[in-house]
Amino acid sequence: MHAVTPAVELEDVSFAYRPGVHVLEHVSLTVAPGEFVAIAGPNGGGKTTLLRLVLGLERPTAGAALVFGRPSTAKAGGDTRIGYLPQRAHLIGEAPVTVREVVSTGRLAPTGIWGPLRSRDREVVGRAIETVGLSARADAPLRTLSGGMQQRALIAKALASEPTLLALDEPTTGVDAESQESLGILLEQLREELGVTILYVSHEFGAVEHVVDRIVLVRGAVVYDGPPSGLPGVWHDPSHHHA
Amino acid sequence: MLDLEFMRLALATGAVVGLLAPAVGFFLVERKASLIGDGLGHVAFAGVAVGYLLGISPVLTALVAAVIGALAIEWLRTRGRTAGDQALALVFYTGIAAGVVLVSKAGALNVNLFQFLFGSILTVTRNDLWTVLVLGIGALATIVVLFRGLVATVLDEEGSRVAGVPVTRLNVVVAVLAALTVAVSMRIVGILLIAALMVLPVIAANRVAWSLRSTFGLSMAFGLGSVLSGLSLAYYADLPPGGTIVLVAAGAFVLCSAGSAVARRV
Repeated sequence: MHAVTPAVELEDVSFAYRPGVHVLEHVSLTVAPGEFVAIAGPNGGGKTTLLRLVLGLERPTAGAALVFGRPSTAKAGGDTRIGYLPQRAHLIGEAPVTVREVVSTGRLAPTGIWGPLRSRDREVVGRAIETVGLSARADAPLRTLSGGMQQRALIAKALASEPTLLALDEPTTGVDAESQESLGILLEQLREELGVTILYVSHEFGAVEHVVDRIVLVRGAVVYDGPPSGLPGVWHDPSHHHA
Repeated sequence: MLDLEFMRLALATGAVVGLLAPAVGFFLVERKASLIGDGLGHVAFAGVAVGYLLGISPVLTALVAAVIGALAIEWLRTRGRTAGDQALALVFYTGIAAGVVLVSKAGALNVNLFQFLFGSILTVTRNDLWTVLVLGIGALATIVVLFRGLVATVLDEEGSRVAGVPVTRLNVVVAVLAALTVAVSMRIVGILLIAALMVLPVIAANRVAWSLRSTFGLSMAFGLGSVLSGLSLAYYADLPPGGTIVLVAAGAFVLCSAGSAVARRV
């Protein structure tokens, strides 16, 4: 029997933005297909850098970063499709862009940049909007939506690429507690229905603590990697309680 | 007014410019790089000077200079060593300084030069019209074909990179389109005012539009309207065309802002 290719594999990865000043050192991490992993840790601890290495936006100074067995910096291709949810603040620009327009941009990875979307692509976009429960607001400008709804629109954008890996960067920033809870439920549902692998990067993981398989704490290196239940008590996020 | 050959040429050329400038400007404004057109105008000025010095078409040399300037700005910006506004300042001032030195060397500090700086409706030739038509339609077609990729890059450059979109190449396309717009527009609007026509219709449209597509469409409509009404006003009231066109565009912005403010209160 063949071993399953991991969705994400960091092999003894080190990274420095400036020579000698390491943000991450000797990080090894394996995420299996379909796993839901929260990457947490203090600000400045290197968790966003870790995500950027997985996304191929940075190249390891040492070691290797593989996504579905291919170097992460290789151009997306084959069966590897990454749905990436950047920090929301980056996306609210000057123009009144609608939910549907934002979600449509998520369709670029499978279709390429040439010409208009075909009807099948528009269907996928519509379904992605439906999945996150925004059909009624599909043609509303993004900036007229609440923080939680904007977050859902961006998740729909990530889903429109029909991703095999969903990567979320600080998805709860500026989102109220109730929307954070429903975000956790939505992600769990996506993982179950689509079998998508989820990397959830945040300094607070209370919203997903009860649905993730593993929590990886990063502070220059991996300082904890295991189920949420194994975390030392002080690490739990007191703002969320679950029966 | 339409009996006159020079006005027909000016209006036809102006129509292309009025559609093209905001269509390209749209991507600059949404990228918060509204002033790139201005910097490129200054570089184009150096190009015009080179044209005079060598005795060849100033439009052609301006086009080459603006393209080189646009690529330089893009290169400095993406290398990350120079902040966007500093890259702009560097290219901008080098361009204008080189222009002043070269123009003076060519002994061309005269009325001819003013046509390029502030635009003129009397001097558009049939050849100019053909050049503007071919380059303008080519540029607009490029935007239409690459629209989705350009929009995605503008909305989320990093996310687009992750999705495998050739972001660097698309940014170069926008930079070259901006340079091309400056070169083909300077006959009508003038080097010093072309950037305004790339920016004002877009920010006016931003105030009243309801989607990205409607912003894009309204920007072009405002650009076209500003050029055609500005040129007509300039003809009847004997005003400089570039300035008149830009004042009409600024008026459109004021109206749109006031309109959207009123609409929000109701």
